[in-house]
Amino acid sequence: MSASAITTGLLPADYREYALRLGDNALILGQRLSEWCGHGPFLEEDIALTNLSLDLIGQAQLLLELAGSQGDDTEQKTADELAYLRDADAFRNVLLVEQPNGDFAHTMVRQYLMDVYDEILYSELIRSGWQPLADIARKVLKEIRYHKQHSGDWLWRLGQGTDESHQRMQQAVDDLWFYTPELFENDDLQQRLQAAGVAPDMASIQTRWQAGVLPALKQAGLRPPESGWVATGGRKGHHSEHLGYILAEMQFLQRAYPGCEW
Amino acid sequence: MADMPLWEVFIRNQNGLHHKHVGSLHAADEKMALQNARDVYTRRKEGVSIWVVESRHVHASDPQDKAVWFEPADDKIYRHPTFYDLPDEVKNI
Amino acid sequence: MYSQGLNGPAEKNTDDSPEQLAAFQKRIDAEEKIEPRDWMPSGYRKTLIRQISQHAHSEVVGQLPEGNWVTRAPTLKRKLILLAKIQDEAGHGLYLYSAAETLGVSREQMIDDLLSGKAKYSSIFNYPTLTWADMGAIGWLVDGAAIMNQVPLCRCSYGPYSRAMIRVCKEESFHQRQGYEVMLKMANGSPEQRRMAQDALNRFWWPALMMFGPSDKDSIHSAQSMKWKIKRFSNDDLRQKFIDATVPQAHYLGLEIPDPELKFNEETGHWDHGEINWDEFYQVIAGNGPCNRERLAARRRAHEAGAWVREAVLASQQKHKQPREVA
Repeated sequence: MSASAITTGLLPADYREYALRLGDNALILGQRLSEWCGHGPFLEEDIALTNLSLDLIGQAQLLLELAGSQGDDTEQKTADELAYLRDADAFRNVLLVEQPNGDFAHTMVRQYLMDVYDEILYSELIRSGWQPLADIARKVLKEIRYHKQHSGDWLWRLGQGTDESHQRMQQAVDDLWFYTPELFENDDLQQRLQAAGVAPDMASIQTRWQAGVLPALKQAGLRPPESGWVATGGRKGHHSEHLGYILAEMQFLQRAYPGCEW
Repeated sequence: MADMPLWEVFIRNQNGLHHKHVGSLHAADEKMALQNARDVYTRRKEGVSIWVVESRHVHASDPQDKAVWFEPADDKIYRHPTFYDLPDEVKNI
Repeated sequence: MYSQGLNGPAEKNTDDSPEQLAAFQKRIDAEEKIEPRDWMPSGYRKTLIRQISQHAHSEVVGQLPEGNWVTRAPTLKRKLILLAKIQDEAGHGLYLYSAAETLGVSREQMIDDLLSGKAKYSSIFNYPTLTWADMGAIGWLVDGAAIMNQVPLCRCSYGPYSRAMIRVCKEESFHQRQGYEVMLKMANGSPEQRRMAQDALNRFWWPALMMFGPSDKDSIHSAQSMKWKIKRFSNDDLRQKFIDATVPQAHYLGLEIPDPELKFNEETGHWDHGEINWDEFYQVIAGNGPCNRERLAARRRAHEAGAWVREAVLASQQKHKQPREVA
């Protein structure tokens, strides 16, 4: 056991797991957004969506690299190995990010819900006791703040734009809302990370998230659905059916031609 | 459907320099124009500050007036330092 | 990305007096740049609108063949590079649409012309991208051919077009290099990768040569565009320049150019090449290439799916403005 494990009670596998949760969120959301490239609602927004995707995949690269550097030599992996050679049950992203792009309303609502979450989370992670993560968080935070301005503006514009845009946005909120509780799941690992000063308290993140999202929805003339089914499982590798297809596409070349350099 | 309004984009490369016209784009309002300008025109660290002006607010001189407006400056050569002939011995002037 | 092959004949001047035309030509001959509000012959304006908007369409449609591989890029690094490159193409489309708008045509009109099939775009984008090696071949050959054409356009007599091209050329300098790097990896990789690399070269070589347009001897008279300094080199000159630059690059990769007649001519110092299949070229231009229908359908789909977004944006802007003005 390493010295840091004695003081924090955390094992390399715990650090790896946490970096995977963050990295997989960024990777899968970035992959989803990249599907828009060349198909945006107008040229300027096409370019903006690709910027979001570029930022997120760049973040995933850093976070997966960090995840892969944990443990001894036999356990270490590159970011590409982690992205391209794990099956769906080894992915740790939340279900929200793997949901299909749908129309632009679904993409922007998904984006906004994640951006608010990431902004709050990473504004805490810059103070993480795990220094390499804190360093990454500082870079991520700058990018996320811009993302949130962008998606927040869209939430407002489309929420009260036309009847059709309002209706599409409300539908997106209804469809995606029950994927958000998973963002704040406070499992055993999360609690141990918090105790060790690596990760923040999820309950307070959730409170702040609600304080940000609920008034913004209201301003946009939107409201969250009453109650219903709640998605869960991503942290355990139990995903929606979508992830398998995302990976089948993303990993195709690495799987079909193993061991090649590209 | 009509296009969103056209905006002219000006970017300051670094503090100390003027904003410079770099191109244009379409956006519904100033906020969107600024964001679009950021996403379109600063992909390679081209700027530290952006101005956007709706194109219809830019008023331009008439190219037909070019001679009338600008050529009268041609013979005002006394505005230029090289117009004045000073002896080489005189320094720092 | 652009193909000189699109440059049709210059448009006719209508209603312009010989004096005006002569004065304009004098400015062009003196290498003066023409700016949007300057007087210009109606033919010059129309020729530029057609050329710049088709150039813009080529960039935007050009996103699609490469976009086909974005979600399947084999590493995170390659995915980032490819995304950034395709995004650049969208940006270049935007710069060019903006340049065309200075001539008095709206973006909406130009896009309508593209979607209705009235406006053309570069024939090269009507070929499918079948393997990852095609990402290499497109960067290396298609962007390579585009650069040959675009560099002279930086000196085009029309200011906004020339400025847009300077920006485009500066940004595109990495496009060809990343493509060649992909080819290097593939050509020096596994037997399958090597096979894909050769296959990509086989499929893209001739279409890349076609990007320069018909042979000068069959080319529609382009003297007027040359005289106006919109176009500065002939199709065959640029094509030859491209071949001379590219053949040694293919040899370095250890790949074979699919032209049995390709031979270095000691006398001229150039590579002689076999005859281009012009039937194929005219078929693709006429809308009968392998992917013409799919490419236009994809653009139409994106445009139609985005209609409610664009409408909402305008509506929300009006609502947003009212209360603030009242206050």
